[in-house]
Amino acid sequence: MSAISLFFFRTKLWLKSPTPYLTLLGLTLLILLWWLTTEVWQLPRFEKLPGPVSVFKEWVSKDPSYGISIYMPEYYGHIWRSVLRVLQAFGLATVLGVTLGLFMGWNKIFKDYTFPVMEILRPIPMLAWVPLAILMWPEREMAIIYLTFLASFFATTLNTLLGVESIDESYFRAARCLGAKERHIFFRVVIPGAMPFIFTGLQISMGVAWFSLVAGEMLAGEYGLGYLIWNSFILVQYPVIVIAMVTLGVIGWASSAIIRFVGTLLMKWQTRESS
Amino acid sequence: MTNTQHKSPPNASGLISDAKTAGKISIRNVSKTYDPDGVNVLALDDCSLEIQAGEFCVIVGPSGCGKTTLLNAIAGFHDITSGQIDLDGELLCSKDKQAEPGADRIVVFQQGALFPWYTVLENVVFGPSVQGKMSGPKAKKAAEDILAQMGLQGILHSYPSEISSGMRRRVEIARAMMNDPKILLMDEPYRAMDALTKTIMHKNLLDVYDRSGKTVFFITHDLEEAIFLGTRVVVMTTRPGKIKKIIDVDLPRPRDFRILASEHYLELKKEAIESVHEEAKKAFEAGERELA
Repeated sequence: MSAISLFFFRTKLWLKSPTPYLTLLGLTLLILLWWLTTEVWQLPRFEKLPGPVSVFKEWVSKDPSYGISIYMPEYYGHIWRSVLRVLQAFGLATVLGVTLGLFMGWNKIFKDYTFPVMEILRPIPMLAWVPLAILMWPEREMAIIYLTFLASFFATTLNTLLGVESIDESYFRAARCLGAKERHIFFRVVIPGAMPFIFTGLQISMGVAWFSLVAGEMLAGEYGLGYLIWNSFILVQYPVIVIAMVTLGVIGWASSAIIRFVGTLLMKWQTRESS
Repeated sequence: MTNTQHKSPPNASGLISDAKTAGKISIRNVSKTYDPDGVNVLALDDCSLEIQAGEFCVIVGPSGCGKTTLLNAIAGFHDITSGQIDLDGELLCSKDKQAEPGADRIVVFQQGALFPWYTVLENVVFGPSVQGKMSGPKAKKAAEDILAQMGLQGILHSYPSEISSGMRRRVEIARAMMNDPKILLMDEPYRAMDALTKTIMHKNLLDVYDRSGKTVFFITHDLEEAIFLGTRVVVMTTRPGKIKKIIDVDLPRPRDFRILASEHYLELKKEAIESVHEEAKKAFEAGERELA
């Protein structure tokens, strides 16, 4: 069966199963509850929060009261700045983290030097790095990217290392039997063998990148979704907070999906296994 | 005492190829101790064995008797504590020198070690490709030939996870044969298989053996398998592993399943069972003592 007809077949099966309808129902219930507590009943603690109707109206308005809607270039400006920062930080963290993790897993002596340092730095919460980041990088832009990078970097490095260590010893032995030199083992056993863990690590890394980005933007940003959230709070523009939050959710989910997609492309041997 | 005297492999049918000039292994007074917790464990105790070029030598014995230790020393995965092993008259390893793993001695592993991230074809060309021995297209052609000879032509571009465990084992043997090794080292390769698949695997392996005349060093727990496949069956004692007995299997080749009902096969099997059972009992009792 070709890939396309297989895709249609699976979609048909999925539409026949209860899964998509239950998903939809769950979402509807969440929005309904939000609407009831904030806009209908106005329960204590909820009465100040923006409700779904006011958020939605603002979001799709051609003339929004607070200047942020799908028709406003400012909205996309904030999104673009955040995406660009994450791309830079995540890209750098991936290149450095994967390289470092591969070498740590491959070379015992190198791991003995680097692993304890990693293990001490890794548990430090990203917010604790904020003052040092600002001292190190006088330009705010760099400070934010640096914070975002740090979180991603540790997640990627650690998972890559675990990936190399998860490779069964018999693959190394088989490769040596077949006459492989160290460089062959690195490129033909270590890298492909660690790939599943690397991609798990990249998913986690992408998640923590968005987390640290928003923290950084709230503290030091002039643009971006994190800045938008904090600034709207100060300016009492509450619907905008929720618009930015939902936007973050959708972009975060999309970025994870892209990583998964690249992973399945690179690891056909794993995808085909499950089918 | 151990019987280390060599007897040439039977060649009753005359079908074994004459290319038996390479692949002679001489194991001389080899011992190996481990001390994982500061306590010396003697795994191999003064083992001596001559394996002739082109011989199918099967090693049997209770678990933990040092069969795999011997195989690993020949493969170059670890060292030995005393004695020496020669390959075709040249020193392979001694107490001062661990053997280097190499394509002249290829291991077929118990759990299988085809690279899951490579297709069948990519796995089979791995050896010549990393050794730089053959150009890409030439290696591909040779791999296709070997796979076709083994009846595996339809799965060139499948990944190991997509084919059956029996096919995986055959591909692994094809991957080994691509390198024209002097000796095949097989560590219980059919252990986890059902009896029916095993008989197919045996037939297949014997075909490869009869055609190539390679030396085979084969470890197993299965005595029927041992007698059916082997030229000689070497029984090892329970730890510390010594060579207890060598059974010459003078059944004609090529062999097929009909041999399993022959008088002579059953006699040999009985001899092997008696010898191994004694050791298994000792191993079991030693285990009970350790637990008590």
